[in-house]
Amino acid sequence: MASHGIKDRVAIVGMGCTRFAEHWDKSLDDLIVDAAQDTFDSAGLTKDDVDAYWLGTAQSGMSGITLARPLQLEGKPVTRVENYCTTGSEALRAAAYAVASGAYDIAMAVGAEKVKDSGYQGLNAFPIPNDGTSRTLTAAAMFSMVAPAYGRKYGVGEDQLTEVLARISWKNHQNGARNPRAQFRKEVSTETICASPRVAGRLGVFDCAGVADGAAAAIVVRAEDATRYTDKPLYIKALSFSAGSGSGLIDPEYDYTWFPECARAAEDAYRQAGVTDPRHELAMAEVHDCFTPTELVLMEDLGFAERGTAWKEVLAGTFDRTGELPVNPDGGLKSFGHPVGASGLRMFFETWLQLRGEAPPERQIYTDRTLALTHNLGGYPGEMVSFVSVVGTEPG
Amino acid sequence: MRGIAGIAGYVPYRRLSRAEVAQVFGSGGGRGTRSVASHDEDTTTMGVEAARLALRSAPGAAPDNIWFATATPAYLDKTNATTIHAALRQPSDAGAFDFGGALRSGAGALRASLGADGTGTTLVVLADMRDGLPTSSDESAGGDGAAAIVVGDESPGAPLIAEYLGGASVSDEFLDRWRAAGDRRSRVWEERFGETRYVPLGAEAWESALKAAGITPEQVDHVAVTGMHTRAARALTRKLGVAESAVSDDLASTVGQTGAAHPGLVLASMIEQAQPGQVIAVVALADGADVLIFRTTEARSAWSAAEPVADQIAGAADLDYGRFLSWRGMVTPEPPRRPEPPRVSSTAAWRNEAWKFGFVGSQDRTSGAVHLPPSRVSMKGGAVDDMDPIDLADTRATIATYTIDHLSYSASPPVVFAILDFDGGGRFPVELTDVDPETVDIGDQVVMTFRKLYTADGIHDYFWKAKPAGVPAAATTQQ
Repeated sequence: MASHGIKDRVAIVGMGCTRFAEHWDKSLDDLIVDAAQDTFDSAGLTKDDVDAYWLGTAQSGMSGITLARPLQLEGKPVTRVENYCTTGSEALRAAAYAVASGAYDIAMAVGAEKVKDSGYQGLNAFPIPNDGTSRTLTAAAMFSMVAPAYGRKYGVGEDQLTEVLARISWKNHQNGARNPRAQFRKEVSTETICASPRVAGRLGVFDCAGVADGAAAAIVVRAEDATRYTDKPLYIKALSFSAGSGSGLIDPEYDYTWFPECARAAEDAYRQAGVTDPRHELAMAEVHDCFTPTELVLMEDLGFAERGTAWKEVLAGTFDRTGELPVNPDGGLKSFGHPVGASGLRMFFETWLQLRGEAPPERQIYTDRTLALTHNLGGYPGEMVSFVSVVGTEPG
Repeated sequence: MRGIAGIAGYVPYRRLSRAEVAQVFGSGGGRGTRSVASHDEDTTTMGVEAARLALRSAPGAAPDNIWFATATPAYLDKTNATTIHAALRQPSDAGAFDFGGALRSGAGALRASLGADGTGTTLVVLADMRDGLPTSSDESAGGDGAAAIVVGDESPGAPLIAEYLGGASVSDEFLDRWRAAGDRRSRVWEERFGETRYVPLGAEAWESALKAAGITPEQVDHVAVTGMHTRAARALTRKLGVAESAVSDDLASTVGQTGAAHPGLVLASMIEQAQPGQVIAVVALADGADVLIFRTTEARSAWSAAEPVADQIAGAADLDYGRFLSWRGMVTPEPPRRPEPPRVSSTAAWRNEAWKFGFVGSQDRTSGAVHLPPSRVSMKGGAVDDMDPIDLADTRATIATYTIDHLSYSASPPVVFAILDFDGGGRFPVELTDVDPETVDIGDQVVMTFRKLYTADGIHDYFWKAKPAGVPAAATTQQ
């Protein structure tokens, strides 16, 4: 058993990302064309230069045709991938591994989701015929069980925990307010956050990520070719993926205070990248803040804080944009909403801007550190898939 | 000698205070309460709950047949008794039959089961849900409930707690109450007409039954007259010739008339209150009259009900009238804006029959790890196809954690959802029911209950939920 990774063998040389919004006036095809065109332009390439394509979309379309038709790709290998909310990251992982294998010189990953054509709020999975015994709750309800469990285990009182979660929401909205691509571009006071109507358990509206349409894309090439396309490529240091067995739902030992799949993916990613002290080595992290308690426990699963201490670090501002390790400087799912297939690549897009010094000045992170992390999860506590990447500006 | 080896009533948890009807409409209602099946219950699920209690009260009994009688079946064409059979995890060589449609089918099934010695053990399950338009007397006087009676011959493993002394039926074709197929409401003829028919018919059946049982009215210790025609039932009661003290509570003021189930429900209540050697009679008025007379045996003294009807009546909680009307489909509140669940796959449900209907998981023979639903590969140690079935429907569990979901699709939001740890091992996330969201807490004890999750394309999705164990008798929390 081995997970060797592809450290410094592949680089991202172009990226694009649409605004995330309720794009009533844009189809999936429009979003794909917009993101893809920006990405081609960013790398100085055309669609014909790209040897192979991967499309991540959870349920906006099936097969590679969903990408080949809007871009009018003729005879290219085009594959659609799906892996819950990590779908966009999976597209990039596939494209990067294809280049690393030597099979292709240039590959493209596109993530796109058209959520707002359903007529319903929230994300709703396709029904697969079944025996009717698995009660599906909203994701909010499943994740709402994390906060009280965490509070009990580490002795954090309800009011204190509410303050911690509100602080996470406040921070991400602060960042999102400075991002023209974000769905929500307003700062929100902690008072408003705490007073928002309950959705599930103790989670209010402002504890939950929104829902939006969007698309993002990246082009990857062999690391040694990268500077042909850009002066500032991002080198892939690690791509890690972990799928749980689903046993957390039925294993009495699981206590809802952490996500083992995320901890495993992070550990593997750090090994691939050679990172030993993420909190002091990373310039920033984009993490899957689908709900505020998720971001809280991720700070521990990803090794940014010791077990049982993340809540203190949140309150101390450690993960603020100006803190020791900025988390979700682009505003996160909280500000962007979550077009499932696009979110993973949207996270990469922020590392692309930040590490290359191209973020708008009002949210640019100024640091000597050259590494950034992205993290996705899909599913529920107990039954989850997780993705962690590390990218950097320096070739190994 | 045939008789009863075990019996139980099932009264759903919620009560509508009849006074609430007039508060809303300015008329209708009355005094007392009526029982209300939860939004996730139907006659089949209530029948299952009654049958579980009855079988628990007769542990040695092995039914050869399950007979299910109701005037409001969940399915037509498809047998509902097979659902009950599956939920009770009965062997496949047991028969399962419905007595369909009529209010009289309850008393009829019970009387038929008592017919002849040597006809095996029959689990007779009666259930009903009574509907009426808002402000109608059917709405107020009706009730929801079930009863189950284990009927058989005396046997060492399953002693009779009440022997059948005899009975009688008289039949007559007259239109007092009727309901067209598919209608929610019943219609009744002028009340006086029914009364003039039922009282003499009841008297005739009563006399024949006493003769068959070889007793006089004075020897009757407990009697109740049931029927949707309450004036006729009361009038007949006065003519029975029994001691005043023998007239038992017909549960009309607390539960309401539960239609096809009511003869069984009052019989359960009377047996639970009777001493050994007492005579108990039930008179059911529906399209004629049926009388059943029993005498409790010495075995009654060692017998105890799994959950006495009186406890279930005392352990109820109020339901507001608005929610009552929405549960009965009389008003349709705005549903959560989420897609409705898809219909259950018939093939998947059949493959997983033991799990879905019986709540049977699997347990790894090596690690002991419990898998809910059953799994071929173990989550501990990875053994393949090395598991035993484990039946957890009757095992208590503790709430490890829980949440309240305001957005999930439900016939009665919010959804209260808990992670359960079963006594002896096994964890399962499941919906709670018959619970006040405000009072749920980690560490609470719960028991499993058979429910209907939803209905799509006419298919009922039956599965298990959990409800608080041992609801305290004093609990009357407002929903």
